[in-house]
Amino acid sequence: MKKEKSNIKKMRIEPYMFLIPSFLVFGVFLFFPFFKTIYLSLYKTNKMGQAKLFVGLDNYTTLFKSASFYNSLLVTLIFVAIVVIGSMALGLVTAMLCNKTFPGIRFFSTAFALPMAIASSSAAMIFKIMLHPSVGIINKLLGTSINWVHDPKYALVCVALLTAWLNSGINFLYFSAGLSNIDETIYERASVDGANGVQQFFRLTLPGLAPIMFYTLVVNIIQAFQSFGQVKILTEGGPGESTNLIVYSIYRDAFFNYRFGSAAAQSVILFIIIMVLTLVMFRIERKGVKY
Amino acid sequence: MDNSISFEKLASFTEEEREAFHEQMKERQISKQRMRKGIRVVINIVVALFVLLPLLYAISVSLMPSGELYTLELNLLPKNPTLRNFADAIAKVPLVRFVVNSFLVAGLITFGQIISCSLAAFSFSFLDFKGKNALFMLVMATMMIPGEATIISNYLTVSGFGWLDSYQVLIIPYLTSAMGIFLFRQFYLSFPISLYESAKIDGCSNLRFIVGILLPLTKAAIGAMAVYTFINAWNMYLWPLLVTGSNTMRTVQIGIGMLDSDESQSIILMIAGVVMIILPSLSIFIVGQKQLIRGMFQGAVKG
Repeated sequence: MKKEKSNIKKMRIEPYMFLIPSFLVFGVFLFFPFFKTIYLSLYKTNKMGQAKLFVGLDNYTTLFKSASFYNSLLVTLIFVAIVVIGSMALGLVTAMLCNKTFPGIRFFSTAFALPMAIASSSAAMIFKIMLHPSVGIINKLLGTSINWVHDPKYALVCVALLTAWLNSGINFLYFSAGLSNIDETIYERASVDGANGVQQFFRLTLPGLAPIMFYTLVVNIIQAFQSFGQVKILTEGGPGESTNLIVYSIYRDAFFNYRFGSAAAQSVILFIIIMVLTLVMFRIERKGVKY
Repeated sequence: MDNSISFEKLASFTEEEREAFHEQMKERQISKQRMRKGIRVVINIVVALFVLLPLLYAISVSLMPSGELYTLELNLLPKNPTLRNFADAIAKVPLVRFVVNSFLVAGLITFGQIISCSLAAFSFSFLDFKGKNALFMLVMATMMIPGEATIISNYLTVSGFGWLDSYQVLIIPYLTSAMGIFLFRQFYLSFPISLYESAKIDGCSNLRFIVGILLPLTKAAIGAMAVYTFINAWNMYLWPLLVTGSNTMRTVQIGIGMLDSDESQSIILMIAGVVMIILPSLSIFIVGQKQLIRGMFQGAVKG
C-alpha cells in the first residue's frame, strides 16, 4: 500500500523533473530578466544599473519626445525593409535556380545556403575591406571612389545589403522546401496550354509559395530587427546616427551612456514589436503552413 | 516553325522516312533540353560567384602579401600567394586560445542543449501531467522574447553573480532553447508509442528509455540540432562582447576584432583571422547540411 502511494507520487513529480534543467535556465536568464527589464524601464538608475528613483513612464515619454529615438526607429524600419526584400529576393532566385536537377546541383545548393553559417561579425569584417575607399574591390570594380561606410547616403544601405546577403542562405532553404511541394504536373499542363515562363512564375510559382512566403517574411523581419554585430563593426551607428539601429541604440545607451533605464525602455519597445510580429507568425502557421 | 510538317505530307512518307523524322524530332528535343540545362548551369555559376564573392575575395586577400593589397590596380587574385598573414595574425593575437575557447563554449552549449531539450521534449510528448499545455505554451512564448531585449538585465545579473569573464557566463545562459524543445517534440510525437509502452512493461525507467532507446532512434533530430546550435554558438557576438574582457576568455568573433586597428597592415591580418575562424563553422555546415535540412523540415511537419 505504502509503496503504491509513493509510486503514484513519483509519477506525479517525475514529468516536472525532466523540465527542471530547461526551466531553470529559462527562469534565470529569460523570465527574470524580462520582468526586470520592464521594472528597470520605470526607474532612473545609477551607473551600476541599480534602480534608484521610480519615475513611472518618464523614460518612455522622454523617448517619444526625442528626435534621436524616432531616427533610430526610422533607420531600423528602412533597414528592415531593405534586408527583407533583398534577402527574400536572393533566396527566391537561388531556390528557383536549384529547383530542377542538373549536373553540380549539390555544389550550388551548398553555395547558396552557405551564408547562413557565417557570423555577422566576420561578414562585417570582410565587407569592411571590400568597401574600403581606396583598396576595396567594390570601388575598383565600379570605377568609383566612394567612402561607402562613412557616407551617410550609403552607410545604411551597405549594412542592410550585407545583412540581406547573410540572411539569404536560410531563405534559400525555406523556398527550396516550398518549391519542392508544388506539384510538377501543373507546370506541364500550363505549358501545354501555352503559358510562358513569366506567366507560370506569377500564376503558379508565387501562389504555390504563398504559405511559406508569409512565414519566411515574418521570420526575416524579426531577424532583421535584431541585427547588431554588423553595425558595431562596420559603422558604430554612424556617420551621424544614420545607422543607429534600435539594438545598437540600446547597447550604446546602456553600456556607454550608462542610461540603463532608457535602454530598458527601448528594450521593452523592441520586445513589443517582436511580440506582435511573432503572434502574426504563429497565427499564419496555425492556418496551415506546410513545408 | 521549321518542323511543322503538314499532316498530309507526314502521311505520304514511307515507314522509313517517318522513323527518321521521329528520330530527328527526338534529337532536337534532347538538344533543346541540353541547351536549357546548359543555360541553367551558366546562370547558376554566375549567381554562385556573386553569392560567394565576399568569401572568395576574403580568401584571396588573406593570401596576398600586403604590398599587393595596397595598389590601385584591380587585384582579384594574389600574384605571389603567401601564408605569412596567417602566421602574423596568430603571432599578433592569441588566436589559438580564442579558437579553443569557442570550441569549448560552442561544444558545451550544443551538448547541454541536446540534453536539456530532449528531456523537456520527452516529458511534453510522452508523459501526462497537470499544466502540461500551459507550460508548453510558456516555452513557445519564450521565442517572443528577443535575446537583445533581455541583455541589459542579464548583464546586471551575471555581474551580480561575479561571473563576468568566465566560461560559465558564456555557456550557462544558453543551455536550453525553445526551438530545440519544439524540434525534438515534433520528432517524438511521431515516435511509435507502443515502443515506449512495451519498454515500460519491461520495467524500463523513463531515463533509461530516453538514453537507451529514444536518443539512438532520433539521431536525425539530434544531428540537425547539433549543427544548428554549434554554428549559432560559434557565431555569437553581442553577449561575449559584453561579458568577456580578457584574452583568456575571449571567443573567436570578439578576438579577431582585436586585429582590427587603424594600422594599415592590420586590415590584411584581420581578413586572415576571419578566414581562419570561418573555416570551422563552414566545414561543420557543409558536412552537416543534409542532416540540418532533413531535421529542420521533417521536424516542422506537424506530427
